Amino acid sequence: MNQATSPKRALSGPLADQVFGWLAKSAALLTMGLLAAILLSLTISAWPAIHKYGLSFLTSTVWDPVQEDFGGLVMIYGTVATSLIALLIAVPVSFGIALFLTELSPAWLKRPLGTAIELLAAVPSIVYGMWGLLVFGPVLATYVQIPLQSAFDGVPYLGAFVSGPPVGIGILSAGIILAIMIIPFISAVMRDVFEVTPPLLKESAYGLGATTWEVVSRVVLPYTKTGVIGGIMLGLGRAIGETMAVTFVIGNFNQLDSLSLFQAANSITSALANEFAEAGEGLHQAALMYLGLVLFFITFVILSLSKVLLAQLRKGEGTKT
Amino acid sequence: MKIASPRSLLALASACAFIATGVQAQEITGAGASFPAPLYAKWASDYNKQTGVKVNYQSVGSGGGIKQIDSKTVDFGATDMPLTDDVLKTKGQMQFPTVIGGVVPILNVAGIAPGQLKLTGPLLADIFLGKVSRWNDPAIKAINPGVNLPDTAIAQVRRADGSGTTFIFTNYLSKVSPDWKAKVGEGTAVNWPVGAGGKGNEGVAAFVARLPNSLGYVEYSYVKQNKLNYALVQNAAGNFVKPEDDTFKAAAAGADWAKSFYQILTNQPGKDSWPLSGATFILMHNIQDKPANGSETLKFFNWAYANGEKAASDLDYVPMPAAAVTAIHKAWGEIKDASGKTISYK
Repeated sequence: MNQATSPKRALSGPLADQVFGWLAKSAALLTMGLLAAILLSLTISAWPAIHKYGLSFLTSTVWDPVQEDFGGLVMIYGTVATSLIALLIAVPVSFGIALFLTELSPAWLKRPLGTAIELLAAVPSIVYGMWGLLVFGPVLATYVQIPLQSAFDGVPYLGAFVSGPPVGIGILSAGIILAIMIIPFISAVMRDVFEVTPPLLKESAYGLGATTWEVVSRVVLPYTKTGVIGGIMLGLGRAIGETMAVTFVIGNFNQLDSLSLFQAANSITSALANEFAEAGEGLHQAALMYLGLVLFFITFVILSLSKVLLAQLRKGEGTKT
Repeated sequence: MKIASPRSLLALASACAFIATGVQAQEITGAGASFPAPLYAKWASDYNKQTGVKVNYQSVGSGGGIKQIDSKTVDFGATDMPLTDDVLKTKGQMQFPTVIGGVVPILNVAGIAPGQLKLTGPLLADIFLGKVSRWNDPAIKAINPGVNLPDTAIAQVRRADGSGTTFIFTNYLSKVSPDWKAKVGEGTAVNWPVGAGGKGNEGVAAFVARLPNSLGYVEYSYVKQNKLNYALVQNAAGNFVKPEDDTFKAAAAGADWAKSFYQILTNQPGKDSWPLSGATFILMHNIQDKPANGSETLKFFNWAYANGEKAASDLDYVPMPAAAVTAIHKAWGEIKDASGKTISYK
């Protein structure tokens, strides 16, 4: 980093360098400090609820602001279930999109298609929520739920999965809306990392007679796995934290009396957004803060798991030469 | 407020002038309930045009309004749920009602016209408890002879967010149904046994509009402006009444405002009273640290009671009856500065 080319620059260099270095460092420290401060203030505000319920908060399904009795399982279940559904749908679709754009698409289609997908990411989440409630929900109820209910009528387990009033709101709707919202994120990242695979590697594989699928699964994916997993985590992060779109279509129902995919439920973020403004001082507010802390923790666990997953994958790689 | 505009510099300059001369404040702030926010904003803009005094109202929800007035970050707080006299006493605050609103059951059932369906309080409670779950239930049929009630499940819709609307609704159900009181109770947010939750009045209205055979509840002004299909409700006197300005006024007239402002106007006596009415309230400290601001706040509301009725009616709020305004003027005598001098609102 020896960039002193002229005496004039060399004179002003050290001070500017110092200031810049100091600014960069304080920016990094500020982020760390903010994280710690948020965690601390969340814990302090949630303390009455933590003190009263402890870990049983995580397994209780009661949410009764009138009797001041709170448990977070309904919302935790809703957040986890909707995010999982979103990932189950979004990852294969995004993979397909990225694969098509980098390996299969004719050159003239790449640009408009890529832009269209990126534009999806720019749609505000409340628009997805309104669309989900007014357009997608009824379609889901009429063309998916009602046929499924009549098909599985009387079938054990499967019947329970699709039970509930045919209104088109609930866990499944929220999951699908979330999937649509995170597809652009995951596919954009996947496309970008697929593109950086050295052509040399790919051409060699093709030269050995590999099919497109073999090239993708044996060369491109192993080469880009860090980026791919990063993209998926980015999408998952958005799915877990999404509030407005979810609150419109999830039904905001704080009971966990059926595992039906069409059952109205609630998510952590949706409960926070809905109840915080009118929550009185005391346990209600503390319980909401506790939910926020749980969300923080879930995000942390997911990040850690992705690191562990990457480490495992790296182990399977063998040593680099 | 972050941008230092010429105007705010001017305000600063004039504020300095006032410190010097000790005249009134030019800007007051309040925060709280979202239900009356459109009206307070309209009043504030009209008042500003006439007097030059600026009233900032932040619609942060009743809970937020109570928090902000407690910490004295605002000159007045606003809440849809009145505080009891005991709570006010310990906090050193007083409250007064500004306008009346109400909650109206809305429905979406093919073949039933607005105002055609009749409901009673206990029946509403049973429907929202899930005990009466079909439209052709004998209990509904009995009070609705001649109405074509379908043999379908009732899809209950309610508010998902904490709100004064929910408080009025659940307060009424608690008064008329012991079962509701024991199982659910009253509050801005409750543990609903059944039903889908929509966000805000518009969310509930959207659900009801979209779901066939649904029943929900929204604010009166929302019903009127959007011409929603409403139901009649039986009041304490046994009459089935229509939600309209007169029935809300009747409910407010029945309350004894001179005794206490802690009046929840649900299930009020009187043959015309709408049973799901409620007033919205302003909270102020009894001892004003900043007498100039306290005085301006009272002047603003005094102006609103005298001149704000039209704005209120235009926005479909119901103004307070004259007896209540007299009681409010009297109660303002309790607001004093640190030296014990009554703060003037004239």
